[in-house]
Amino acid sequence: MTVTEEKTSKTSAFDVYALRKEFPILSETVYGKPLVYLDNAATTQKPQAVIDTLVRYYTTINANIHRGVHRLSVLATREHENARKTVQKFINAKGSEEIVFVRGCTEAINLVADSWGRQNIHAGDEILITHMEHHSNIVPWQLLCERTGASIKVVPVSDSGELIFEEYEKLLSPKTKIVGITHLSSALGTINPIEKYIKLAHDAGAKVLIDGAQSVPHIKVDVQALDCDFFAFSGHKVYGPTGIGVLYGKREILEAMPPYQGGGDMISSVTFEKTLYNALPYKFEAGTPHIEGAIGLGSAIDWLESVGIDAVAAHEHDLLEYATSKLLEIDGLKIYGEAKEKGAIISFTLEGIHPHDIGTILDQDGVAIRTGHHCVQPLMDRYCIPATARASLACYNTHEEIDALAKSILKVIEVFS
Amino acid sequence: MSELRELYQEVILDHNKRPRNFKALASANHIADGHNPLCGDTIKVYVDVEEGIIKDISFQGSGCAISKASASLMTTVLKGKTLSEAEEAFNLFHELVTAPPDEELDAEHLGKLAVFSGVREFPARVKCASLAWHTVHAAINSKDAPVSTE
Repeated sequence: MTVTEEKTSKTSAFDVYALRKEFPILSETVYGKPLVYLDNAATTQKPQAVIDTLVRYYTTINANIHRGVHRLSVLATREHENARKTVQKFINAKGSEEIVFVRGCTEAINLVADSWGRQNIHAGDEILITHMEHHSNIVPWQLLCERTGASIKVVPVSDSGELIFEEYEKLLSPKTKIVGITHLSSALGTINPIEKYIKLAHDAGAKVLIDGAQSVPHIKVDVQALDCDFFAFSGHKVYGPTGIGVLYGKREILEAMPPYQGGGDMISSVTFEKTLYNALPYKFEAGTPHIEGAIGLGSAIDWLESVGIDAVAAHEHDLLEYATSKLLEIDGLKIYGEAKEKGAIISFTLEGIHPHDIGTILDQDGVAIRTGHHCVQPLMDRYCIPATARASLACYNTHEEIDALAKSILKVIEVFS
Repeated sequence: MSELRELYQEVILDHNKRPRNFKALASANHIADGHNPLCGDTIKVYVDVEEGIIKDISFQGSGCAISKASASLMTTVLKGKTLSEAEEAFNLFHELVTAPPDEELDAEHLGKLAVFSGVREFPARVKCASLAWHTVHAAINSKDAPVSTE
């Protein structure tokens, strides 16, 4: 057993201790112990800047958007549309009309499956997804298949947690109409080389949807360079509020798609005989949207960019390497997901101890992790495990918190010895 | 460690490590599947009921220490009981794990089940402890659909 030298995050250039002060929740205690929040793949905590934005919205400019001539409505509309532009620049979309606000990544995928799928998927067609998809990138496609008679094909995953490209090549065919693939696996941490998957899909005539829920907080995304047709992510995993998410789609594809939901805001004129739909992106945004959510997301992106996503990624990578070597010192601990390119997610099991019991005991030490199947049951079945414990890191985590995690895992083993 | 020891009592750890009646039961005339979709715990409960009495009972499945120990202890409690006594035990267990943490419990009345009194301090784990009981309840009442904690 090699012993990793204990490290503090002070050694890195990135000042994580100053950054932590921007997150009020990180000074909370749990059962009298400092909170060690390692469940960031589920949701991230929010910086004061985002919290202030939400408070400012409700205390100074709250009004419905796109319909009032009064001052507050104009201000609220402007901030809402500025947030859209912030998102556009963040992922480098060509135009802000390609940014559709939705409830989250899940709704974004459902929108594509429902609207694009209704028009483009027919009996006999194939939808290609991967074995490491979240349920949200499986079930909407299954519902579409049930409606249309299309079928789902699945790209397999290797033992180390990487997609098998050769198998992908074999599965792509003229029948493949769309490929749904995660950018960064929520359960394994694998970063998929999506560029080459997108290119090959296009060569085969298929569209590509990227599930970016886990990648956006950690990797600089450029949808034009990627050339993906759709890109989906959630606001709350990138330091923004819950209930807001983004669907990016190439303009010509979105324009050809039928509306997703009907209602106010998505129309340009309504008579009982015929309704004309509004322009992009409003065609897909029926009803009063999550106005403060969109504005809060814009503020979260501004905040993240002010810190610098490259600095965040470097810090997280440093933490991941430290955590991996520290945890592997523990007897009986096995890590699932050993891809060469990995985000800061560590899924693990302890021999003879169920992840739920690990989670409860860690919680008593104030260490918050996720336990269970992480909404990737097919992937758990692939590795013949019912569940894992998962520590997922964010920009504000420290080496000391990794030490706290390791120490608490040793306590789990002690309780069960 | 004290709250943890309340939850992970020696008896529970022992039943987790060496679950009793952990097997399929060929003579079973009542079988039900239980599933906790939140954590992926699954259980199959086999019951051999003859003339209103639980002659034999067993279980199989995978789950955390709390759910496994609960299933194991349940089989030892229910073996030999009448169906109405089993129903009574089911209700008693339900009350035990959902009672407010400060409520005094009648340890004598609870018997072996008293070791699960710590579970009520951990609301996230109540479903783990109850899964086996809900499943046996369904088996005895012969509900066909698998039981879910949701």
